[in-house]
Amino acid sequence: MSKRARRELYWGLGFTSLAVAGFVLLKVIPIIASFFISLTDWNVARSPEFIGLENYADMLISDPLFWKSMWVTAYYAIFAVPVSMAFAFALAMLLNTKIPALGIFRTLFYLPSIIPIIASSILWLWMFNPDFGLFNAGLEAVGLPRQRFIYEESQVIPSLVFMSMWSVGPMMIIFLAGLQDVPNQLYEAVEIDGGNALHKLWHVTIPMMTPTILFNLLISIITALQTFVQAFIMTEGGPNNGSLFIVYYIYRKAFQEQQMGYASALAWALFVVICVLSYLVFRTSSRWVFYHGGAD
Amino acid sequence: MSAAGEGSFRELIVERRPGAGKRRTALLVCITISLLMMLPLAWLVRSSMMEMGQIFIFPPEWIPQPFRLQNYPEALTVIPFFQYFINSLLILIPTVVGTLVSCSLAAYGFARLRWPGRDAIFGILMTTLMLPYIITLLPTFLLWAQLGFIDTYVPLIVPHWLGFQVFFIFLLRQFFKNLPMELDEAAEIDGANPLQVFWFVILPISRPALLVVAILSGLNAWNDFLDPLVYINSSDKYTLALGLSQFTGLYTSQWNLLMAASTVIIVPVLIVFFLTQRYFIEGVTMSGLKG
Repeated sequence: MSKRARRELYWGLGFTSLAVAGFVLLKVIPIIASFFISLTDWNVARSPEFIGLENYADMLISDPLFWKSMWVTAYYAIFAVPVSMAFAFALAMLLNTKIPALGIFRTLFYLPSIIPIIASSILWLWMFNPDFGLFNAGLEAVGLPRQRFIYEESQVIPSLVFMSMWSVGPMMIIFLAGLQDVPNQLYEAVEIDGGNALHKLWHVTIPMMTPTILFNLLISIITALQTFVQAFIMTEGGPNNGSLFIVYYIYRKAFQEQQMGYASALAWALFVVICVLSYLVFRTSSRWVFYHGGAD
Repeated sequence: MSAAGEGSFRELIVERRPGAGKRRTALLVCITISLLMMLPLAWLVRSSMMEMGQIFIFPPEWIPQPFRLQNYPEALTVIPFFQYFINSLLILIPTVVGTLVSCSLAAYGFARLRWPGRDAIFGILMTTLMLPYIITLLPTFLLWAQLGFIDTYVPLIVPHWLGFQVFFIFLLRQFFKNLPMELDEAAEIDGANPLQVFWFVILPISRPALLVVAILSGLNAWNDFLDPLVYINSSDKYTLALGLSQFTGLYTSQWNLLMAASTVIIVPVLIVFFLTQRYFIEGVTMSGLKG
């Protein structure tokens, strides 16, 4: 290695050293440690005892709450991801129509996203209140029957999906930036061929937006699978464990029941699920994501 | 406000031009959605000023009678909110500074220096964006416990001095990459080393990007809930978010006080948002860029 090359290497490593140290200390080592912890029976008060794969066996075979929490989390993600993405996309399309006062609407649509999740959870808890809440007042006003929302197992996840639509601001902004990059000639070409708005959406907008859609899809899957505060503040995982999100379940096992080994095994299950999903999204993305060269 | 470009209100409402009808529909839809999205906030403020008696009337009333502003001082004294506010800042400030230092250094190294292994290391770092936080939280917690730092702010702050939020490295790298390379070259010819280039050339012209990172990481620290929940035990060390959650447990049905307390934690965020909106939007937009 020449003197210059070595010098460059030193500087490069020097500049990135804090981040690389953080990567090793806060990501790599904890992941490895987490795997070893998952092979133990570790109640924080006692010293860990190696039990092999027993935690995993317990989890998969004899813990109905594990399957329930996986199911609840998947159910939420399967609904919340497309619903919030479609809503964010629709809002971005609206903002992209050259309406007046665009800045104001953009601000208003974005604003709920910056509200601390703890505050919005308390607020929505109050709005979902079956007796005095805003939503039942609304339903009653239009002559519909009252609902129990988050207090009913069959409604808790749909209610939380509905709540997730309130904070799609960042996704909307990213979509909007993507929409503004779609070259106008493409729309004009559709017009010349006699196409209507639907043709434009289907043949121009959506194909041109697929890289942005991929980005938002990954982010929202990962966010949805890690839902925690709503369960902690609003439902405590209930009713009947109907909102026992996996991260909340892990939190309970680790910090309330002090079962670090078992909690780590649960965390690994989540990790594997996220890896598989990300892999699938990336694998299939070559088939549906369209990278247009140059124009950025 | 700017009635942007070609579509002014007058044009939409008075004159009939091709496309005006469609835009008018879009405008109406926008107004409706805005009202719907602001409704929860109206509900929040309205509830925060009501008496207990009025809050439990069904169907609900919208105008507090009387306006009970007393809810605010009450909510703020029942729980030492001022103390929690200071605590939140005690975490937020070093967190933001640490994020700026560690992430901008790393971003510079990844964006503007050429060295073997650079892109591979950057790529590996970015894969951690997919990592569920909880999986690293458990061992990290046990480590801090071994070191005796539970119930201190150390575990909440130190990671941010080590580029913990790799997303901000990504964001700054995007920004640095778009600056002309001639800047560095000119400074190098004058005998500056990379650290000097970074400090005297790159940082001064990157203020907007640094501000974006400062705002977003500050917001994250302010809103963070899981970390304080796990690491902080003594109630006099609670952050606002954590304090608010405890408050929820204690005052389950005192919705007026809960709403007042929630408003108090939201207001600082709103102020910062309105003052720095442009950077917010810019930062989020930047995050979606590919590259």
